[in-house]
Amino acid sequence: MVEAYLPKDLDECLKILNEKKVKIIAGGTDMLIQNRSHTGMSIGYRNDVLYINNLNELKNIYEDDAFVYIGAALSLEKIMESDIAPKLLKETILEMASPAIRHTATLAGNIGNASPAGDSLVSLYLMDAELEIRSINNTRRVFLKDFIKGVRKITLESDELITKVIIPKLMFEKAYFKKVGPRLSDAISKLSFAGAYQIYNNKITDIRIAFGAVNVTVVRDRLLEKKMIGKTIEELKGMIDLLTSWYDPLIVPIDDQRSNKVYRKEVAINLLREFIENLI
Amino acid sequence: MAKIKFKLNDKFVELDTDPNRRLLDVLRDDFNLTGPKEGCGEGECGACAVLMDQKIINSCCTPLANVIDKEIITIEGFSKTKKFEVIKDAYAKTGGVQCGFCTPGMIIATESLLNKNPHPTDFEIKIGLSGNLCRCTGYNLIIEAVKEAAKAGDGLW
Repeated sequence: MVEAYLPKDLDECLKILNEKKVKIIAGGTDMLIQNRSHTGMSIGYRNDVLYINNLNELKNIYEDDAFVYIGAALSLEKIMESDIAPKLLKETILEMASPAIRHTATLAGNIGNASPAGDSLVSLYLMDAELEIRSINNTRRVFLKDFIKGVRKITLESDELITKVIIPKLMFEKAYFKKVGPRLSDAISKLSFAGAYQIYNNKITDIRIAFGAVNVTVVRDRLLEKKMIGKTIEELKGMIDLLTSWYDPLIVPIDDQRSNKVYRKEVAINLLREFIENLI
Repeated sequence: MAKIKFKLNDKFVELDTDPNRRLLDVLRDDFNLTGPKEGCGEGECGACAVLMDQKIINSCCTPLANVIDKEIITIEGFSKTKKFEVIKDAYAKTGGVQCGFCTPGMIIATESLLNKNPHPTDFEIKIGLSGNLCRCTGYNLIIEAVKEAAKAGDGLW
């Protein structure tokens, strides 16, 4: 039977991480399912387990002039209820899972799980989210896009813990997240899309486009976005075929039990088209 | 193994057990509370739903470790309350129960929703029940039941 560590506070938690090789569990809504065995049998963890969900230090949300800081063990529901969480993030969370899951699941858990279909990741990439990562002797800050390296691949050392998700405060004319799944709730996305833009004097000053579940991790290309900045909305609408051809090679989905690559690719391109066509 | 303490259906309980166990297994095997059921076992159907600190959770994907010092109420505990009587009568009146397998979870979802939002709109009811599946597909009647409960129990939540 694997050992379960139940630290009382963050210091003890970091000490355990420093000394033991453990798998970290926050809400557990992914981990219990990924490792489950037959009913009534113990969960098939291969490593000892460290539970962080009872650590009050990781359950806060606060802001300063530039950023919103979300504790790693704060539930998705609490983020949705917060006055200071970004609107785009709240709207994304509303499409994730169900109330029962949202009451325990966490944003840091969705990040640590690093699924190509992780819904929050799409909006977090769009907003240039960062992470605060701590070990017993060190605190570092890293961009989410640099933290996730591939399908379930993250750059977290064995003694490290995600302690905060840090999101810049941004102003958009419009920003939205769109999920394509078989059911409104509790569905893992076939694919997802997030788009946002800002406009001044009829010219695009900021435009961001991200796709989920069409590559090993979220697709967002800042160079392509830069090429759109300075254009008028009419100019962008006029070059819509060119825009979709830019994104075409980046959208390389797979066939799996949830969908297939032909469908995913076509719908992803259509969602991009819809975003550009509806710029106002 | 560890000592796990929490409040279960209005009583403080203490167990010496593996904190990795699923709350669902502990409720059914150690406490003989069989109202929460294993449907899908992966958080999609809501048949295992219970209240943790008055909010719905899926006991099939909650490790016992996360229940320490929390308050858990199962359908057995909830059925001793006045709010349950109102919800039960509403489900009976509208025909919101068919085979009954999903009903404990639906009632937990109803309570969790009304606790947070005593006068939900149709859309809010659908979101509130969205993690619970009814294989008899009697959803419209269940939504009616929640509306009826909110009306009949006005002031209770």
